Amino acid sequence: MGFMNLFKSIAGHDWGVHPADHKRPACDVQTRQLPVPPRVYLMLLQHVGAPARPVVLVGQKVKKGELIAAAHGNISAPLHASTSGTISAIDEITAPHASGLPGMAISIDTDGEEDWIETDIPSDPYALSPEDIAGRVASAGVVGLGGATFPSSVKLNLGRRSGIDTLIINGSECEPYLSCDDRLMRDKAAEIVSGIRLMLISTGAKVALAGIEDNKPEAIAAMQEAAAGFSEISVVPVPARYPMGSDRQLIIELSDREVPSDARAADVGVIVHNVGTAYAVHQAVCLGRPLIARLMTLNGGAAARPGNYEVPFGMLVSDLIAFSGGSKGDIAKLVMGGPMMGSVLPHARVPVVKGTGGILLLDAREAADSESEPCIRCGSCVSACPMGLLPLEMSARIRNEDMDAAVALGLADCIACGCCAYVCPSRIPLVQYFYHAKGDLYERQRAQLRGEATKKLALQRQERLQREAREKVEAAAKRKAQRAADAAAAAEAARLAAHDDAKQGETA
Amino acid sequence: MSTAGTSSARAGSGLTAAVIASPHAHGGNSVSATMFRVKMALVPATLFSFWLFGWPSFFLWALTILSCLCFEALSLRLMGSRRIKATLLDGSALLTGWLLALSLPPWAPWWVAVLGGLIAIVIGKQVFGGIGQNVFNPAMVARVALLVSFPLPLTQWVTPLPLSPVAGPDFVHSLRQFLTSAPLPDAMVSASVLGYTKTELSRGIDLLHSLSSASAPALSWLGERSGSFGESASLLILGGGLYLLARGIISWHTPFSVLAGVAIPAAIGHQLDPAHYLSATTHLLSGAALLGAFFIATDYVTSPNTGSGQIVFGLGIGLLTWVIRTYGGYPEGMAFAVLLMNALTPVIDRLIKPRILGRDRKGKPLSIPETKES
Ligand code: SF4
Ligand code: SF4
Repeated sequence: MGFMNLFKSIAGHDWGVHPADHKRPACDVQTRQLPVPPRVYLMLLQHVGAPARPVVLVGQKVKKGELIAAAHGNISAPLHASTSGTISAIDEITAPHASGLPGMAISIDTDGEEDWIETDIPSDPYALSPEDIAGRVASAGVVGLGGATFPSSVKLNLGRRSGIDTLIINGSECEPYLSCDDRLMRDKAAEIVSGIRLMLISTGAKVALAGIEDNKPEAIAAMQEAAAGFSEISVVPVPARYPMGSDRQLIIELSDREVPSDARAADVGVIVHNVGTAYAVHQAVCLGRPLIARLMTLNGGAAARPGNYEVPFGMLVSDLIAFSGGSKGDIAKLVMGGPMMGSVLPHARVPVVKGTGGILLLDAREAADSESEPCIRCGSCVSACPMGLLPLEMSARIRNEDMDAAVALGLADCIACGCCAYVCPSRIPLVQYFYHAKGDLYERQRAQLRGEATKKLALQRQERLQREAREKVEAAAKRKAQRAADAAAAAEAARLAAHDDAKQGETA
Repeated sequence: MSTAGTSSARAGSGLTAAVIASPHAHGGNSVSATMFRVKMALVPATLFSFWLFGWPSFFLWALTILSCLCFEALSLRLMGSRRIKATLLDGSALLTGWLLALSLPPWAPWWVAVLGGLIAIVIGKQVFGGIGQNVFNPAMVARVALLVSFPLPLTQWVTPLPLSPVAGPDFVHSLRQFLTSAPLPDAMVSASVLGYTKTELSRGIDLLHSLSSASAPALSWLGERSGSFGESASLLILGGGLYLLARGIISWHTPFSVLAGVAIPAAIGHQLDPAHYLSATTHLLSGAALLGAFFIATDYVTSPNTGSGQIVFGLGIGLLTWVIRTYGGYPEGMAFAVLLMNALTPVIDRLIKPRILGRDRKGKPLSIPETKES
């Protein structure tokens, strides 16, 4: 590999990293089903946007696929029962996040019947109008399954409104260990292609480019075969390199367009959707099935049976581990998502959500952390950063609590991909610094917004008071004028009366 | 929770708490592994130099390194550091000592080694705050300080033993030579090419004559010539440098631009006036050109962080080296050039930054393309 590096370093900027992918053997094992767990916990917020609002009551019986919480607001997604049973509670459970903070969830005591609701199957899904497709996608609760969990219908509509020309399908799956997208492409290529066709109709894009990393030859072959009859869909192998699956990187790789930092992909005429999302769109539109389960990769040194599993949403991670064959040895670190961007789970009693692509049971060797040393300014993080940032400078500013300087260096453009920390020889937890600083900024922005809101309220109140005072004065003036006028009128009347009297007197 | 007070309290804990943020994988690179590879790259040239210059050079090498390690430990101790052992094990002090030794005259006496270690570690590194904080390359700080303070012992070169008319000293004699700093035996003293031509030019003898005279020092790719201890074996230094490039420890930007910075003006000068300007080959093979380009200018801490910045930095070092060698008072200018450019590194880093994706070079977001087919 040595002289390849030399060549690459001469050839140009070699962004990103090439981590050992650890995808095999898990990706070669056939997808397995799991028994229905005794209870599922469906988080009301498992998408970007506003939490869904429950539309069921405790004690109510629900069928598989039944709506249990409705979308709330412009950016939100509805939630459906992932299996049949009885609603047992609507309360808090630990959210699948490193913070260990709770979130609201609807729990269902399952009955094991797996009794589906009636589904509405259109006779020709490809003849539906773009709006209708997006509407069906919205009511099926489909969100971006690549991990971003942005409501898919919103993106489809945005694409149509912005007049995009290219739909990019992300099948790169660049995170090590994960292979759920790989497995899905190998097994369900035809369905994915169907989903892509529906998304093309819905967005009005003319072509779809499906980018798949070249370390997944089976998936590429399957997808190429499935897409063979559709000239508007091309399957493009892309080099395996992390983070190829990041939107901006994939857009450059496939369409040679660079998204301005303050703009959205749609602004340069593209929209990116994950292959899992394409599959979910197919299920939603062609079969009328809401999004209630997905493929997840269970992997890591401590996983007894690594592989891909079809998991209903709301299943506890502990159930998932137990039902899939348990763990071997100690689990040193439990991670939801991939090793580069996933989050550590506080414990296993958290439910899986729509964005869960995998659960990693890392053993002591994989999780080994070593003490961090001072930065030696080696610049490795600079050349690894796919965004062209200076991680060493930003982290130095953040260490000194100088958030403004970190922002000036481009903190807001950081996608938290972890390349910098991955290569750092001093093992500085750079991403931790960036998360911390972003959290701090968020707090500050909120405080500022709140401050502005308070100021605005105060201003409004002041205006109101002034207006009232002014009105009072005006009213008083008016009254005074009125009184004066009345008095004058009275005097005039009196005078006239007197005059009349006099006249009458005269005439009399 | 939302007040400024609590958010900064959280700020405190957020950074000191156990690392839970991603990534949960690491490429496996470490400071000590990197330093180890650099040392591996230096081994062949160093061994070859021991063979060329005998026991005294070995003593010098060993004592310089020892001195650096001791002063590193001492400084850390005085500053109450809890990471003395870990810091010594990262190998950076050892590397500093090694590079300093390679830049010294091979028969320099013991006190040069000790004093060099003191200056390099204490003044060159620890007063700035230790590893990663120093502005100047510690080895070059020591090299220049020694050269300026003790010009004589720092410019006394010896003929490589295999070329020498007299037999090299044995172990005991060598040790005595090293410890007593007795004057070098006359038969061993020789000038380097750069020193010799500079002296001759100042005596009014131009290069055409001085270099063709019988007393001119040899210039050899294989290093059988007088010069400082580590820089003679040009081919081996070059090989070590290429190894570092291949392993991705250094990138091509710095070394190639240093060499280009020396070679281009040298070639032009030599073309115009061969009587007064040495050829590019002579420049590249002389003094610390190769050692400096691959091992000294590439020091992580004191060089810019971006490829383009490193090109500016390297060209600056090369050009300054050539200027000092050609017009300055000292025959060799690499160490001065490195220090001068070290001082400019923060400026280069401020001015030359990578372009952020989605932004232009100035940091403004790219403009949204207007043309879109409807
Ligand atoms: S990779 Fe680590 S040690 Fe190297 S410059 Fe970046 S932060 Fe510093
Ligand atoms: S600075 Fe941000 S975008 Fe750049 S490598 Fe680090 S985590 Fe990724």
